[in-house]
Amino acid sequence: MIIQSIFFYIFSFIAIVSAIMVTVSRNTVHSVFFLILDFVSISCLFIMGGAEFLGMIMLIVYVGAVAVLFLFVVMMLNVAQQENEWFQSKKNSATSSSHIPIGFLISAIIFFELVIVIGGWKLKPEIETFNNISLNLGITNTHSIGAVLYTDYIHLFQISGMILLVSMIGAIVLTYRKRSGLKRQSYIKQISRERAGGIELIDVEKNKGVNIDV
Amino acid sequence: MFEIGLGHYLTLGAIIFTIGIAGIFLNRKNIIVILMSIELILLAVNINLVSFSAYLNDLSGQIFTLFILTVAAAEAAIGLAIIVVYFRNVGTIRVEEIDNLKG
Repeated sequence: MIIQSIFFYIFSFIAIVSAIMVTVSRNTVHSVFFLILDFVSISCLFIMGGAEFLGMIMLIVYVGAVAVLFLFVVMMLNVAQQENEWFQSKKNSATSSSHIPIGFLISAIIFFELVIVIGGWKLKPEIETFNNISLNLGITNTHSIGAVLYTDYIHLFQISGMILLVSMIGAIVLTYRKRSGLKRQSYIKQISRERAGGIELIDVEKNKGVNIDV
Repeated sequence: MFEIGLGHYLTLGAIIFTIGIAGIFLNRKNIIVILMSIELILLAVNINLVSFSAYLNDLSGQIFTLFILTVAAAEAAIGLAIIVVYFRNVGTIRVEEIDNLKG
């Protein structure tokens, strides 16, 4: 039990420190790396809490896809050297530095509200009877998630697939651009081409040849 | 102190949530860092759901975490696409220079 507590404190300390570093780091690439560290330590916490499947999915989805997407965009936009400064701004520095104390104030208020809620909440006594999908300890976590996800939550599952499809199409449509001077394939032109427009019979005169640069 | 319970996980979620909020409020330079802060906020929500799921022996929290993960991935893809298009059109993604709407 002591070992588990020590691991919890280690992982949560790493998670909190790297979350702070994501927001205060001056280099955007370093922010992305600290985001990856944050996700890795939180997925370790998930695995400690008994949600192994979610921990692994977290690693695959966030570290494998989302963080790499962030890194790719940072690389493509060349903003890594653009410094991430909090306390000064070049344009109208007098007005735009007034957001700092307000931001800290609102964050502190939100944090204390959350602390009050965590300190004062209590479960309803009949919450155990609401327990509709109980965690079966005889089978693995992945097995039990699969048994529920494809039966009770099949509609939500398919809707989330539609969300991914829509976001994929949306990202492609947003970033697509037509460039001039690019030769493209046109199916309509290819299919509607006829013999009369493609072939021409010419009587070639002797010793003169044919000019093919039309 | 050494007995890890629900309260520890909820406190961790609250701290990470607050860091994400502070990152959104205080960032003035780079809009990609704001997207990363949104990812942190969703991560904090996931921590809460998973810890309640483990505490109540109920699988629903983990299922909802899975759906939140899906939506977070879609949101990151769309947001980064919008940022790329904006950078291509305007040439900057500094937060203080994005003031076309005069908000």
